Amino acid sequence: MSPDLSVQIGSLKLTNPIIAASGCFGYGVEYADIVDLSLLGGVAVKGLFLAEREGHPPERIVETPAGMLNAIGLQGIGVHRFIREKLPELRDRRATVIVNICGSTLEEYVDLARILSDADGVAALELNISCPNIKEGGITFGCSLAGTFDVVSAVRKVTRLPVIPKLTPNVTDVASFARASEEAGADAVSLVNTFLGMAIDVESRRPKLSNIVGGLSGPAIRPIAVRMVYECRRAVKIPIVGMGGIASATDVLEFLIAGATAVQVGTANFVDPFIWTKLLDGLRDYLQRHAVAHVSDLTGTIDTTAREKEWISS
Amino acid sequence: MPVDVEARVISNTRLSPDYNVIALAAPEIAAATSPGQFVMVKPGRGSTPLLRRPFSVFEILRTNGRVVGLTLLSKRIGTTTQMLFDAVEGDVVSCLGPLGRAFSTGHPATEAWMVAGGVGLAPFATLSEVLLAQNARTTLFYGARSARDLFYVDWFRDRGVRLVLATEDGSVGDGGRITIPLERELRSMVDGGLQASGGDVMIYACGPEPMLEAVAHLASRYDRPLEISVERVMGCGLGGCYSCVIPVRNGPKGHHYVRSCLAGPVFDGAEIVWD
Repeated sequence: MSPDLSVQIGSLKLTNPIIAASGCFGYGVEYADIVDLSLLGGVAVKGLFLAEREGHPPERIVETPAGMLNAIGLQGIGVHRFIREKLPELRDRRATVIVNICGSTLEEYVDLARILSDADGVAALELNISCPNIKEGGITFGCSLAGTFDVVSAVRKVTRLPVIPKLTPNVTDVASFARASEEAGADAVSLVNTFLGMAIDVESRRPKLSNIVGGLSGPAIRPIAVRMVYECRRAVKIPIVGMGGIASATDVLEFLIAGATAVQVGTANFVDPFIWTKLLDGLRDYLQRHAVAHVSDLTGTIDTTAREKEWISS
Repeated sequence: MPVDVEARVISNTRLSPDYNVIALAAPEIAAATSPGQFVMVKPGRGSTPLLRRPFSVFEILRTNGRVVGLTLLSKRIGTTTQMLFDAVEGDVVSCLGPLGRAFSTGHPATEAWMVAGGVGLAPFATLSEVLLAQNARTTLFYGARSARDLFYVDWFRDRGVRLVLATEDGSVGDGGRITIPLERELRSMVDGGLQASGGDVMIYACGPEPMLEAVAHLASRYDRPLEISVERVMGCGLGGCYSCVIPVRNGPKGHHYVRSCLAGPVFDGAEIVWD
């Protein structure tokens, strides 16, 4: 019998736990001709503000060892154009659409949540309180426990859609932010966004990114992201959507076993836009080999007996 | 629709200590490629390099009329180009394509001028084949540092392309930038009244951005249509990452960023806003 890949994120049931990560998959429609969007557990679209944004000047990305730095600056078409121009096609393609929203103020998050709650075809809201590349908003909420609590509570009050704050790893204790999110009524948390980093051209002594600093993603960050998912699993009961450098089915499993209910895949999609079926096939194969009937049975099944003592608890 | 091919290296020819032409068995991609389109390439399977890199398709390879693969013109600069330089027959290179907007050749001008700088020669082999098949008189303005860095000159000449060369060290053709002979010919065309008599020259350009900017200014001054192929740092080639943006005109003074992988890499030369 084929294993059950479905997972539950609050009131939202995903057909499988593999989601395209926000910022790495455009608005989804860019990939619609080569990827069957309905086969993905979900599509987290590029972060949306209320208004259109130009983003940063180039250079916007630079490759680093087993990873990349980006500082795109959330170039985007704004929520209204998204609803008008992109959402209908995503609906037609039967994509499970998770809209990533960004605001400069708490009111903007609330407005975005209201607008998207009235739109047809939005499955969940991911609150971007963790983009390291823009000065205004976002990260200022995500780096303060009170700010995280306030923005999640405010959005919670105005929508029935599942609310998933996306957490930054650029804090001392990410688990406390997961806890603040849970207390504020989040249905799940997603983590991690990128790690703040920089790279310098030594010949010119200039930063390689126009924004000077950028967010590090890719396989280079995976072990840190897995550790953070593990820490959060111990801190909260709500589902965790794990991400950070996933590039194979083995990587997906690592996050699930560490405590994630679902995962997002970002940078690896740049390398291989056909990765989705490979990940799903690998996941199915593992579940069959290990006689696991439901993928959700794997979540948090890490066996730390005898190693528990070595864990330095927070 | 782009496909991803684990392409076997058919051959790898070193043209100089820095340049090589690598032939890849990717007939599915080659057969679907229009001049100016590109492929996203990754040699090896590991995390070094992690991301694919964009390359213009250089030649479409045919055996007895059947498409068997494509070649890339590469200049050794970073990790990927070093690996492509070192690759040997039988190695495998991931090749995703064809991607992007091609040069427009649907309404051929009576005369086509292709302006290439260095490795910017790459899209013009396939373009010249299409133009010549449409009986357009085709000229290649080709500039490089030195005579040693000019490649495939006979390839173009043998097919009936007129060549105008320039080298920065003056070792062949005009000494200096390729825009020197380009401007001379534009001026003589106007002086000769070709423009007034319906002379119909379309310009295509590919090369370093300062060259593209200079060509764009000339095309504007002499009122010639221009298409340019740009190269930007690109993460995915499919519109997912928003890294390869270039500013294009938006109203009289404004600009906005568009993704060169989807809106380009070929743009109307008058559209681009130069820094």
